[in-house]
Amino acid sequence: METKKMAIIATKGTLDWAYPPYILASTAAALGYETQIFFTFYGLQLLRKDLSVLKVSPLGNPGMPMKMPFGPKWFKDINWNMPNAIQAIIPGYESVATALMKQTIANNGVASIPDLREMCQEAEVKFIACQMTVELFGFEHSDFIDGVEYGGAATFFEFAGETDICLFI
Amino acid sequence: MNFDKELDARGLNCPLPILRAKKALAEVTSGQVLKILSTDPGSVKDFAAFAKQTGNELLSTAEAGGEFTFFMKKK
Repeated sequence: METKKMAIIATKGTLDWAYPPYILASTAAALGYETQIFFTFYGLQLLRKDLSVLKVSPLGNPGMPMKMPFGPKWFKDINWNMPNAIQAIIPGYESVATALMKQTIANNGVASIPDLREMCQEAEVKFIACQMTVELFGFEHSDFIDGVEYGGAATFFEFAGETDICLFI
Repeated sequence: MNFDKELDARGLNCPLPILRAKKALAEVTSGQVLKILSTDPGSVKDFAAFAKQTGNELLSTAEAGGEFTFFMKKK
């Protein structure tokens, strides 16, 4: 049987949206897929050496449940959603939401993004960063982890054209 | 059931049980059996799908008190 292939375009640079590409890529690799992720625009943040740049924002995100990761059950069940106008003026709101989200992730036995990324690398998932957006955003190659290749749209199509699964995230 | 290696994936959530199982299977030889413990309810369907796609054989799946036990034979 010929090896199956999967390509993902990762375009989001937040903690929550870091999960789908890394979960799918690591799982695909475990299932024997040859896997490649093309990181472009804000998705480049997922390749940063320092992943603490990844944050989650409840602002303008009505789908995000705002629940506390500690305390008794009745307290954890409260949904703390509040109007955007109020969220917007509280300093550090995003950092607090990010810290709470990380705690929730750990409480649920969900892998951290650094761990998932490392598992992708161990499984030889190929990471390609879009050189155009690297320059557009003023990044240096030294901002990113080792082992990343740099290329453009044509590089993506070379592999994507032969894949069984191709996703835009 | 006899087994050659045990993987404790209790408390871990998707996709970690699968990723850890893949790693553990790499450490046994063809025909040997891996026992996997999990608490992730999603892992029941996931291990069946993993077996089907990788050719490793899922010998049994059992549940007791919210804990799942799988026996998987390496291809």
